[in-house]
Amino acid sequence: MAPWNPRMEEIPLDELRRLQFKLVKSLIYRLYSFNDFYRRRMKDQEVHPDDIRTLEDVAKLPFMYKSDLRDGYPDRIFTAEQNELVRYHVSSGTTGKPTVVGYTERDIENWSESLARGFASCGLGRGDVMQVSYGYGLFTGGLGAHYGAERVGATVLPTSVGNTERQIELMQDLHVTAIACTPSYLLHMGEVAEKMGVSIKNDTDLRMGFLGAEPWSEQMRTRIEDWLGIRAYDIYGTSELSGPMFTECTEQQGIHIWGDLALVEIVDPATGEVLQPGEQGELTVTMLQKEALPMVRYRIGDLTVVEEGACACGRTHPRIGRIRGRVDDMLIIRGINVFPSQVEHALLEIPQVGRHFQIVVDRKGALDSMLVRVEVSEEAFSDKITDLMVIKRAVEHRLRGSLNVSVDVELVEPGTLPRFEGKSKKVVDRRSL
Amino acid sequence: MMEKSYIVKQISIFSENRPGRLAAIAGALRDAGINIFAFSIAEADGFGVVRALVDRPDDAYRTLTNLGFRVSFTDVIGVKMRDEPGGLSDIASILGDAGINIEYAYAYSGKDGAVLILRVDQVEDAIRQILARGGELLKASLSR
Repeated sequence: MAPWNPRMEEIPLDELRRLQFKLVKSLIYRLYSFNDFYRRRMKDQEVHPDDIRTLEDVAKLPFMYKSDLRDGYPDRIFTAEQNELVRYHVSSGTTGKPTVVGYTERDIENWSESLARGFASCGLGRGDVMQVSYGYGLFTGGLGAHYGAERVGATVLPTSVGNTERQIELMQDLHVTAIACTPSYLLHMGEVAEKMGVSIKNDTDLRMGFLGAEPWSEQMRTRIEDWLGIRAYDIYGTSELSGPMFTECTEQQGIHIWGDLALVEIVDPATGEVLQPGEQGELTVTMLQKEALPMVRYRIGDLTVVEEGACACGRTHPRIGRIRGRVDDMLIIRGINVFPSQVEHALLEIPQVGRHFQIVVDRKGALDSMLVRVEVSEEAFSDKITDLMVIKRAVEHRLRGSLNVSVDVELVEPGTLPRFEGKSKKVVDRRSL
Repeated sequence: MMEKSYIVKQISIFSENRPGRLAAIAGALRDAGINIFAFSIAEADGFGVVRALVDRPDDAYRTLTNLGFRVSFTDVIGVKMRDEPGGLSDIASILGDAGINIEYAYAYSGKDGAVLILRVDQVEDAIRQILARGGELLKASLSR
């Protein structure tokens, strides 16, 4: 499909690299000169902006981690003043503290531009109706996809998540042609539609989906495309990059990462050493043009590969493959990131249950379910079932509040949960993608 | 003070709702030589509570706790019933008239007659009312 921004999307690779070098150089000088956090980090690593003489020298710079955002809560590592920000988004952190990200007007502009290029590369444009079934609010998915779709001239239907029957009615009545949501939610919609006597393939105008916020597979793509009669495209991003930001094109051969906005490296998760194109490792991103929160060599924690050759579509920017796993124990439940450490943290504040737990993740129908097994404490044990049910519901409520995902709680006998066997037994993931 | 002698110590055991759990509890009591007079199971979502009157509640508590079970004592009363039509109605009416709520109950019918075991919201009040209306209660000393 025709490029949204041909001059940039089809820029020769050597020219792109020169542009990236210029951007990274000015970014590093700016951060070193004006920001304590980044200057201290560089000094600790004994690196000065003058040491960055080629694009490869970026490997000399220190990494950033999610913990940097947590430790700088809420906005201590922002590089813009509050009066320059036009928006905040908030995601769950690894423990009790959430992660706050901020945007200047230009950050929102670049985010929309990035998605506009991706959406256009799949043929979305004027005349299309895009249903955005990602959550709107603190989560970046809804508003991110919304702005990108408006930018290419599509009509946006901001349904957010939930009330699936109404979503299907609107999809039919307003002649929706594209949808952005998690792949599992789209499968769920397909099932609900069939129960309503509606075939998404035959009874709607839906022709493409931008599916992401959770891992999925080629098998799932084939199932969705055959069953629902659409083209299914992978979309990638995290709140630290802005939100959902990059997509595949109609070739479906990897996700185009716009090199003028983001510099990607794949590093060995253990040593931090930069790996060659085609080698699997941890995705590490430097946001080259972000004003409020640049993120330099940010270790996202997702495992994938990068491909540098030009795509058959003519776009020259690097592409990443499917996300193949995580370097940590982060789970993605219905598109929401969940760390077992958050569960641990929340349980510490509930005296009625012990601190041991086990998470069981499953997929019931198309949607993820999360069960947390906990032990009732000696003090809280009552022989009245109603009292125990109150404890169960209180824990469910509390976990829902801190994880932003609904959780079933199961009360188990003391001593039956894994103690010190390590992380592997704390989480049982029965989903197959 | 007299009411106290009618408060019976029931043991309550938390149990997951899956095959073999009752066998584990009953087997432990058997091995400790503890006799069960009466018991019931209350079940909820994925778990249950086994409630039992036994001849040696303190030993039963220790035995099961050592095996890792979550156990507690609960104050209940045992009311003797006529083992014929109307027996339960008599007792239930006494409590109902006195505005005493039954939280749960279970019963057994043995060679010495029928007994209704009750957990109520006001236990001493219930004992007074039952005795005042000619009811007969199990003595706590039945179990040591």
